[in-house]
Amino acid sequence: MLRKTLLIVIVIVVIAGGAAAALAWRPTIEPVPRPAAASFDPALVKRGGELAAIGDCATCHTAPGGRAFAGGLALPTPFGTIYSTNITPDEQTGIGAWSEEAFRRALWEGVDRGGRHLYPAFPYDHFTLIDERDVSALYAFLMTREPVTAPAPANKLPFPLNFRPLLAGWKLLFLHTGRFQPDPNQSAEWNRGAYLARGLAHCGACHTPRNAFGARKKDRAFAGGEAEGWTAYALDANSPAPTRWDAAALAFYLHNGWHRYHGVACGPMSEVIENLSTVQSEEVKAIATYMASVAGPGSDARRGKANAQARQANGPGVAIYAAACATCHDAGRPPPYGGIDLARSTGPSGPTARNVIDVILWGLPAQDEQRRPVMPGFAGTLKDRQLADLLAYVRARFSDKQPWTDVDKDIRDARAGGSRIYPAPSPPSAPAAPGREEARQ
Amino acid sequence: MKLNVNGRDHDVDAEPDTPLLYVLRDHLELNGAKFGCGLGQCGACTVMIDDEAVFSCLTPILLLKGRRITTVEGLGSAGNPNPLQRAFIEEQAAQCGYCIAGMIMRAQALLKRNPSPSREDIRTALQPNLCRCGTHMRILRAVERAVGKRTAAAEGGR
Repeated sequence: MLRKTLLIVIVIVVIAGGAAAALAWRPTIEPVPRPAAASFDPALVKRGGELAAIGDCATCHTAPGGRAFAGGLALPTPFGTIYSTNITPDEQTGIGAWSEEAFRRALWEGVDRGGRHLYPAFPYDHFTLIDERDVSALYAFLMTREPVTAPAPANKLPFPLNFRPLLAGWKLLFLHTGRFQPDPNQSAEWNRGAYLARGLAHCGACHTPRNAFGARKKDRAFAGGEAEGWTAYALDANSPAPTRWDAAALAFYLHNGWHRYHGVACGPMSEVIENLSTVQSEEVKAIATYMASVAGPGSDARRGKANAQARQANGPGVAIYAAACATCHDAGRPPPYGGIDLARSTGPSGPTARNVIDVILWGLPAQDEQRRPVMPGFAGTLKDRQLADLLAYVRARFSDKQPWTDVDKDIRDARAGGSRIYPAPSPPSAPAAPGREEARQ
Repeated sequence: MKLNVNGRDHDVDAEPDTPLLYVLRDHLELNGAKFGCGLGQCGACTVMIDDEAVFSCLTPILLLKGRRITTVEGLGSAGNPNPLQRAFIEEQAAQCGYCIAGMIMRAQALLKRNPSPSREDIRTALQPNLCRCGTHMRILRAVERAVGKRTAAAEGGR
């Protein structure tokens, strides 16, 4: 009896193991000689550059101070550190030997040319929506970049997460491959925006909460998430913005990086804006149209809040605000030349104090060639206790929400991490928005 | 209220929300730090609090209990300048001079945390401070001289 049970167990294990192996196994796609740059239609390359900007490709695939698209950026995840790879057309260390078919499979299924499963830090769960024409354009753009020899550093993941075949199981559970299906009841612009926002632009990668396996919670799309220590605000009906986002405000914000009734893009979002600011306005408008519909019309209560006056609030933060902040924020001069009216700003109403802490500590540095709000940082001026007092006051006066929790920890983390407000100034070899050269032609 | 400025405690009779800049200039007659914009955007008012450069125009004194405040006067005097001040003099980095006290204080804070900064480090650190005369190249050279990165031999191309 015991032997029989054992036999059955062994058979089951063998079958399951075999099935798992079969599922996990993906064939190698044969290497090709790097296609000549001249073999690509320049119009397709230009289009690909714009799509690469919408996809924010260079942001992850460029290390600080490194060459554009040569990879090597460390991406901290809850599971360990993953390094972005080289997507320049270098044949040894980049994607120079990848056929378009191999490139397409990577985007649609998260499998590299050699058949290895890719970690979902590469957002193929979004990119699977990209249509074939746009994949071709992206391929044409990347294959015409300058090849850079740069092997990606080894990921720092604990066992068993460093065993890639396991990703087949993750994909089975969480990856739904397939192209974008337009909604016939919506306008062409809405559909274009939905296609971009949910696919290539992968907005939900930050703005949708994730489960314990690091997969997006499908039923909570755009309900808010986090990115690199920053709170990525909810974009759906849960948006904390006191003023409802509409398509016009979103289009302005996505192009300029700030809006007088909402705030200033900081942290990872500033990199997104850096790229989107180079993209033709129809594409940005389409994304704005779609995201405005995700935000919804808002409740009466929300509409009322748009006109809400700042509340009364007390405490030791009053004096700090009056002496250090009011000069700009209460002067009545609208951004970008004056401080934003904090009763309008999303920050004080957000679910955590993190973004506000980062802005107060590090300010909003001036950016080359950008007409954006600037703000001095107060890291050297404010002690942690004083900052906490100021935050308590800002929360009480400029939002209708309960006091923030975990403020002390968030302050310590922000000081320790020195979170980036804007991307570091890039050397000429790594433009913040590659594709810009093409866009200018 | 008690303020520790340049190593000395001062009893200051001012409202707690008074910007440090006004106290330095009007009460203590330390006129190195200048009023430029009053918005923390030009850097002319830069002083050090503990070891960090801050805009004194945006720093109410109520925040400064128990903190060490250093102004350009605290680094050295005309007769006995500190190495950074001496380097600014030797490079003739001042034209009108309005921004220089702030530039020196921000550079001093940089040298506190990085005694051997690269030119890129210096540029990044001094970014919040503006100079309208355009002596930026001399200011950069002065900071480099202060950290020993410019010697007499390197001055040929001036």
